This record gives sequence, structure tokens and C-alpha cells, in this order.
Amino acid sequence: MAVLRLPYLATAAVSGALFGAGLYVSQMVDPLKVLRFLDFTAIPTGGWDPSLAFVIVPAILVMFVAVRLGRQRPAPLFDTSFHEPEYRKIDGRLVGGAALFGLGWGMSGICPGPAISLVAFQPDGLWLFLAAMFAGSLAGSVILPSGHNRRLADAAR
Amino acid sequence: MEAFSPLTATLGGILIGLASAVLWLGNGRIAGISGIFGQLLPPAQTVVWRLVFLVALVAATALTALAFPQIGVGGAEPAQLAAPPAAWSIPTPVWIAIAGLLTGIGTKIGNGCTSGHGVCGLARLSLRSLVAVIVFFSVAILTVTITGIV
Repeated sequence: MAVLRLPYLATAAVSGALFGAGLYVSQMVDPLKVLRFLDFTAIPTGGWDPSLAFVIVPAILVMFVAVRLGRQRPAPLFDTSFHEPEYRKIDGRLVGGAALFGLGWGMSGICPGPAISLVAFQPDGLWLFLAAMFAGSLAGSVILPSGHNRRLADAAR
Repeated sequence: MEAFSPLTATLGGILIGLASAVLWLGNGRIAGISGIFGQLLPPAQTVVWRLVFLVALVAATALTALAFPQIGVGGAEPAQLAAPPAAWSIPTPVWIAIAGLLTGIGTKIGNGCTSGHGVCGLARLSLRSLVAVIVFFSVAILTVTITGIV
């Protein structure tokens, strides 16, 4: 089973570590800093913090190069195929889900990466947020189980 | 002006991009945190790598914080979660729980968050991800505008 071999798990560890370091160094682990990006009302007064844009653009560019490199290979180094999402349809689930997430994100300034990353600092209320996020994720798969779970089953084979 | 930090932001962004690149080229997996977190339940054998990834993520956050305390979280203050708008008289735990719940449901139904759609999806030139990113950024900006939470 490829997913239990050491190189595979070591890759996951290196990736997770780079991700955690990136979230701290970029300060995106700080919910209040993220909210100061989302607060476009501060643009006219000069109080807007555009940092988040300076995080996501280089991240996309690095990943863009990796995706190009990957397309020249039949498979990743430690698995038999690239698990590229094959679902292409833009539907109500995508838009509705993104809207619900946007609402939660705007209320808290916390998206899932920083939510995990914040465990390193244990701010008040974090475990409540994480428990609610996990419960929400479970609820989401109960409410709309069809397509996503089928794709998950495919991915796990 | 609240501490605009283009240098550390760019450096952090490159690290996050490298994280996504390593997971993609190594294991052929999308580094989408909502997916990795939301699929932590058995029976899938893929739970092991997801756990390894998340533990490493937390450990690296803690270690870089020790190594570079001058970057800090929220300036020099300890990390804190946002409080609801004072005028709305909503208890903070209720606000936090609702925000977490919406984040969990939304990322599950919409198949991704800032990392999966935002970084990986846009890098793959996925139209689905572009739509998701536009929607969740717009709604988040609108939410902050309405709540005046900052």
C-alpha cells in the first residue's frame, strides 16, 4: 500500500511542515491580520492591509510551476497517479458551499489552514472553532453525500 | 496603518507554494487543508498521511514561532480569535461556533478552501476553483463590511 510507505509519509510531513512555517512567517495564522485584509472599507482611509495578496500570489506561482512539471511525468514520485480532481461542473453546491465558507471566514478570519496552525498558540475559543469546523464538515457530507463521497471512494482505492 | 508586511508575506507564500508542490509532485495529492482535515475519519488508510501532515503543520508553526519570535502573531500580542461586533450582543463562543460550523459545511460542500481552491486550484487553472475563490472572497469581504468586525 503506497500510502503507508515511509517516503510517502515523509513527503506528507515535509509538506505539512513547509505549510505550517509558511502560515507563521506570512502571519496568515493571525485571524485579525486576515480580517484586516478582508476589510475593504479601510482602503479609502489607508488602513487596509494587503499582505494576504502577497501571500497567495507567490504560492500560486510556485504551485503553477509544480503542476507544469507534474504534467511531464506519468505519476508522482511515491504514488501511481496524480489525484487531480476530475469533477469539472460549476454547480450550486460549489457556489453555495463557497458562499457559506466565505461567511464563516468573514466572521472569524480563520480558514482551515490557520485553524490547524493556531493549535501551536492555543488561543481562547480555538478548540470550539475546530470542533465546530469538524462537525460542519461531517454535516456537509451527510447533507450532500453523493458526488464527493463517490470521488473519495475512488481516491482511496 | 496596520503593519503591512510584503516581505514576510511573500516569503511565507513561497513556503506555502513549496508545501503544495512537494505534496503534488511527491504524492500526487492536493494540499487542501479542509479536505485533509475533513477526511480524518476512518476507515480510509489515507488517514495516516493526513494526520502526519497536520501534526507536522502544527509542529512547524510552533518551531518557526520559537525561531523567529520577532515576526509574531498579532504584532507582539498572543494570538486571539475575533470577537463578534459589540453592538450585536452575541456571546463570543456562539459566534465562534457558528463561524466554525459554516467553515466546515461550506468547505465540504464546495470541495475546498483557500488552499485547495485558492492555491492549488488556481495553479491548475481550474475554472471551478476560480469561481469558488471569487465567491468566498466576495462573501467574506461583504461579511466584514457588514459586521464591521475589524
